[in-house]
Amino acid sequence: MFTLKQLKPTRYGFGEGLKALGEKYPNVVALGADITSSVSVNFFKEAFPNRFFSFGIAEQNIMGAAAGFALGGKIPFATTYAVFSALRATDQVRISICYNNLPVKIGGAHAGISVGPDGATHQALEDIAIMRVLPNMTVLSPCDATQTKLATIASVEQVNGPAYIRFGREAVPDFTTEDFPFEVGKGQLLKEGKDVTIIATGHLVWEALQAAYQLEKQNIDVRVINIHTIKPIDEDIIIKAAKETGLIVTAEEHQIYGGLGSAVAEVLVKENPVKVKMIGMNDQFGESGKPEELMQKYGLTSGHIAEIVIEINKQKRNNERPD
Amino acid sequence: MPVINNIQELKKISLEIRKDVVRSLAEAGSGHLGGSLGLTDIFTCLYFNILNHKPDMPNWDYRDRLILSIGHVAPVFYAALAHSGYFNPKELMTLRKLGSRLQGHPGKEHGLPGIELSAGSLGQGLSVAVGLALAGKMDKKSWNVFSIHGDGELQEGAIWEAAMSASHHQLNNLVALIDRNYVQIDGKNSDVMEIEPLKDKFESFGWKVLLCNGHHHKEIIATYKKAIEWKKGPVVIMAKTHMGKGVKSIEDDYHWHGKAPKPEQVDAFIKELEQNQ
Repeated sequence: MFTLKQLKPTRYGFGEGLKALGEKYPNVVALGADITSSVSVNFFKEAFPNRFFSFGIAEQNIMGAAAGFALGGKIPFATTYAVFSALRATDQVRISICYNNLPVKIGGAHAGISVGPDGATHQALEDIAIMRVLPNMTVLSPCDATQTKLATIASVEQVNGPAYIRFGREAVPDFTTEDFPFEVGKGQLLKEGKDVTIIATGHLVWEALQAAYQLEKQNIDVRVINIHTIKPIDEDIIIKAAKETGLIVTAEEHQIYGGLGSAVAEVLVKENPVKVKMIGMNDQFGESGKPEELMQKYGLTSGHIAEIVIEINKQKRNNERPD
Repeated sequence: MPVINNIQELKKISLEIRKDVVRSLAEAGSGHLGGSLGLTDIFTCLYFNILNHKPDMPNWDYRDRLILSIGHVAPVFYAALAHSGYFNPKELMTLRKLGSRLQGHPGKEHGLPGIELSAGSLGQGLSVAVGLALAGKMDKKSWNVFSIHGDGELQEGAIWEAAMSASHHQLNNLVALIDRNYVQIDGKNSDVMEIEPLKDKFESFGWKVLLCNGHHHKEIIATYKKAIEWKKGPVVIMAKTHMGKGVKSIEDDYHWHGKAPKPEQVDAFIKELEQNQ
């Protein structure tokens, strides 16, 4: 059973991972987009001032310049809020980075609705959809601060081409440990179960686990899978879960169109179609509010996930009952 | 690569490149003739005089880096690469065909030697050149970065983000060239979207601006040399050119921006090229 170690923003994990990479690889450089501290690039900047380059508020230029750094033999990290790194500069990411298949690592900070009071303009809820459709791009969406550190390191050590690393602003439960191996493209079975599988990504993995633990008391045996790599996705673990539990619930801080839920459904329709219930933003923009209020309002909490599992499980039992 | 200083010889090479641009585009049936002919003299000077490069070692570490931001003038880029020895000029006739290494816009993954960057979406190349120049400076490399842009391309906002960053980072190893032919697909720049005063714009962004006649080999080379010697920051060369240069019947006609000659026009166009040499 996973237990809460502390509350910690996943962006700190990113900053620590980036600094660790800086220590190990002299060709890792970081590009700044004015919000250096906010996205935790300041850890790297302070340790390696000569390998940090300020570009100001100009995301298109940052992505193009990152491609140039990569052509020059560097491993550049281009980091800004996910709304900008994935959306403002998409064409640069598509052509200069992905078409050239360059080892540019893109940080997507402040992802999800949990950004809170800044409101809809700054809540990235479409970035997974955009990034995962680009050829050559690897998309990482780690579940807590510790895993974000490992994912950041893995984006260099395990990925030769471009990678997108998604993380959030708010302090969220940190529950994995550094010895919990991070393998790009491999889903993680966090809890066994035979009735329903919750497949989650990012911070909602913790919520999914809490839902599963709550449901044990109601004799619903829930499997929980962490998909920290949205692309390439671990097809085997998803198909196995569908075969063994028959029902899938996906949970993510992202639009239900194009994100984890869609990626899981794409796997299942090819191999083993089962009912998939997607939890996420229902084709809508967010709004201002405290992170926990927003998670509550938009149904992204463990309680809501548990309700969905109970409902879908009831339908399954009714269907199984002979007439 | 031996440097060719003889202007008559460079003119001859330009003629051969122009002929191949016309032939390969006619064979392809589509593509961009106007800008390709307009940039031919500049590409000739770059590949046969200015660039430090080894066509038989396309990844030679000390080579100068050429970033072609306007990928649509690929035909002249490919012809310059082929004639300077990167591959057999016969391959130029595969332009834009299925399975060809000569993509409609340069695409590295298809394996053509000599391409630094797959590009063609306007407004991106200067940013890449900035990052590459910074990487070069970081490692105290001797090579320079040369980027090629269209004047219409300057309407892209990202160009000005990149221009700002080039002077901020004092990139004295970066030389950009603007193909100043005053036209774009819809017509004159001044009708579509005025970009003047260009010299003032670049100077106010912290660049050294040099002007040259983009069809005068001696002047092109002298201007590039002056640009390389300028060590206070980035340099932009405004090269005045004529779209469709060499084929008098189409010169300065913006309708030829994105058009290929018909097979039956090839002989007449080549005749014009030879007469106008």
